Amino acid sequence: MPKMLMKGNHAAVYGAALAGCEAYYGYPITPASEIAEAASAIFPKLGRTFLQAESEVAAINMVYGAAGAGKRVMTGSSGPGISLKQEGISYCAGSELPCVIVDIMRGGPGLGNIGPEQGDYYQVVKGGGHGNYRNIVLAPNSAQEMCDLTMLAFELADKYRNPVFVLTDGVIGQMMEAVELPEPVEKLPDKSSWAVMGNAETKNLINSIYLGHDDLEAWNRYLGEKYATIEKNEVRFEEYMMEDAEIVAIGYGSTSRVLQSAVDIVRGKGVKMGMLRLITLFPFPKERINVLPDRNVRGILTVEMSNGQLVDDVNLALRGKMISDLYNRMGGNVPSALEIVEKVSELYGV
Amino acid sequence: MAQKTVLRKPKGFMDVYKHKPGTEKDRTHYCPGCGHGILHKLIAEALEDFAVIDKTILISPVGCSVFAYYYFDTGNFQAAHGRAPAVGTAVSRANPDSIVISYQGDGDLAAIGGNNILQAANRGENMVVFFVNNAIYGMTGGQMAPTTLEGQKTTTTPYGRNPLSDGYPMQMCELLNQLTAPVYITRTSLHDMANIRKTRQAVRKAIRYASEKKGFSFVEVLSMCPSGWKMDAVRAQQWIKEKMIPRFPLMVLRDNAENTGPIERPVPVLDPEEVKKVLGYDTFETTGFKKRPGTMFRKVALRVAGFGGQGIMSTGIALANVGMKYGYNVSWLPSYGPEMRGGTANCSVKIQEDSIGAAECTEPNMVIAMNQPSLEKFEKLLVPDGILIYNSTLIDVEPSRKDIRVCPVPITGIADELGDTRVQSMVSVGAFAAVTGMFDPEEIKSLMPTLFAGKSEKVRKLNEEAVQKGYDHVKRNF
Ligand SMILES: Cc1ncc(C[n+]2csc(CCOP(=O)(O)OP(=O)(O)O)c2C)c(N)n1
Repeated sequence: MPKMLMKGNHAAVYGAALAGCEAYYGYPITPASEIAEAASAIFPKLGRTFLQAESEVAAINMVYGAAGAGKRVMTGSSGPGISLKQEGISYCAGSELPCVIVDIMRGGPGLGNIGPEQGDYYQVVKGGGHGNYRNIVLAPNSAQEMCDLTMLAFELADKYRNPVFVLTDGVIGQMMEAVELPEPVEKLPDKSSWAVMGNAETKNLINSIYLGHDDLEAWNRYLGEKYATIEKNEVRFEEYMMEDAEIVAIGYGSTSRVLQSAVDIVRGKGVKMGMLRLITLFPFPKERINVLPDRNVRGILTVEMSNGQLVDDVNLALRGKMISDLYNRMGGNVPSALEIVEKVSELYGV
Repeated sequence: MAQKTVLRKPKGFMDVYKHKPGTEKDRTHYCPGCGHGILHKLIAEALEDFAVIDKTILISPVGCSVFAYYYFDTGNFQAAHGRAPAVGTAVSRANPDSIVISYQGDGDLAAIGGNNILQAANRGENMVVFFVNNAIYGMTGGQMAPTTLEGQKTTTTPYGRNPLSDGYPMQMCELLNQLTAPVYITRTSLHDMANIRKTRQAVRKAIRYASEKKGFSFVEVLSMCPSGWKMDAVRAQQWIKEKMIPRFPLMVLRDNAENTGPIERPVPVLDPEEVKKVLGYDTFETTGFKKRPGTMFRKVALRVAGFGGQGIMSTGIALANVGMKYGYNVSWLPSYGPEMRGGTANCSVKIQEDSIGAAECTEPNMVIAMNQPSLEKFEKLLVPDGILIYNSTLIDVEPSRKDIRVCPVPITGIADELGDTRVQSMVSVGAFAAVTGMFDPEEIKSLMPTLFAGKSEKVRKLNEEAVQKGYDHVKRNF
């Protein structure tokens, strides 16, 4: 397979093109604009639709339209734009429309800055719009995964008829690495049983209204069961030097890259440290985290570029067996491996 | 004598309103005297008469017509408040042969969705918009709409709409008529039979245009809302005639469709072989070079820094590209965040055997400094024994550290001698190859078609020379 040096942001667009994504609707925002730019260059060459919408609100509603019409469709944005999309994402979830949303997180709240951060964790992982719904959330940490997980996102979106996020930050989006380009998807799923495709066979209805209280409750129960199935089937994580680890660092996205370096340094000193990298944030790898204290793990350190959003979920997963420590940076600052090593030695006396 | 059916439900409607909850599946949810039902019927008849029911997709808005999908035997979407034109845009792009109808009220279209309608109209989307102007928010119980008349009392203008604080009634046809793309813009009314007949003509024309893919049609319909206006049906009809029409004159503002060609959309390419061709799979080389024996570096953590415009980023990308061809793991990360502004640029490059953790080189073992400020900033970060290559053309002070290895190269000078300052990047790449012994200059040169894809043979040749000159300079002097 051909290998190409490319930015994470571009790799996501290649992944989309390879997955048979037929339309990209987006609105520019740093550091996600390159996704729109790459899509505007690649999609027309493939007869696919690229449209720069008038706002993120419009973009996500276009995604709703294209998804309801049975197309694989994607949008991309960052913090403020994701906030604006939330109503539309809730509609997609409530109407069970498969779609892929890439969020290249930047610093917040408000206009914040354009540096890398992970402050969208809550609004993406918890389902930041109204109502009881969940997004599937994939967290790539390399250019290769920007391509591969974007492709997976389309598969999962269709499998569960649900919005899927590809959640990462500006470091992974901007970074160039070798990407081995996979084979394009051969066959797209048949959606004619529910999609609206402009013919007599597909006079279906795309809708999230359930007027009867019992009806809406039943619908929510049905969705809840679907999310439970996703939690059962789709948990993904990666372990680095975990076999004998006594100190475990937990992170995702670009922090996991730094953690890998930190683990290498600490291991160099003869201390048994490992890393659990979360690849799915919903479903959250809670069972894996929960059993960490059952072996001789004596310290768990969550490292994030947000203010305790991730460590909350780690501690929920631990269910009181142990409490995770937190090391975090924000505002565009990426923790360095040395900072983390220092924190590890301060906390665990190594 | 055979029975003759005089009144029959148009086929554009469903026989039984199956999506409607409850037991009354044969009648609408609209109030007596409401205009929505009349307009629905005109649309349903037109869909039947043009034989386009099956290829029509109706977008129901948020407002009293939120349940329009109960009635139409078409494909149906229900959209978020104000967003039907955005939803319709994508539906139309996805199904270019279908007839897309965005059916909206005045709050939905002119208030919350104001920009969405303007932009869809401006793009000339192939769709029909039916805009029901009833001068009020019906669904939520009679609040002010953008089309509420001056002085009109609503539940949120209990003293009458005051233009000084609430603005004036918005004339959407006139507003949209400022745009170039729409083909048909008209305003009609439902207040009496003569005007219903005119509305019927407008509805049919708009649907015909859509079936001919003529583009964007906008039909505004003045419509009675006896419940919202708190009057009986007859008074409501009179109110349109006396109050609304003077403010919203009935007329055809534009009818350009004759001169407009059908809108054709591209057909998506999904065949895998075709996709790979378009993405350029055949142009990426899959073969690489053998790693060179005796390389002193197992791990390069490099910072390249200088002024914007000195080719800092391209130097880093070229090195990462070459490293990849030798089978190393590579990463390249541009300076990011506030540093990006202010004229200086730097990037991190890692080239190593092992998998790469952090991409940022916080402790580089190598620095290429192209100007004085970069030298000052990054010399400090070098690990002991690290290597500093600096641009001696522009830097005339000696580096201060004694525990590093220093390698001055007149990078800008060499490039200028070659006649193009832009080849500085490749001079640096050549110098890097000589210092590390990782890359062979001939092999780097063979990558010019990848590194300078789309550039002329002359540019490639010049850059090949630059690589050699940078390489030779280091070999000769160190
Ligand atoms: C985001 C959002 N804001 C507000 C509402 C509440 N809402 C429902 S209908 C409506 C007004 C609709 O009025 P109009 O478009 O004039 O249609 P009509 O009911 O008069 O036909 C409003 C404000 C909503 N559903 N969603």
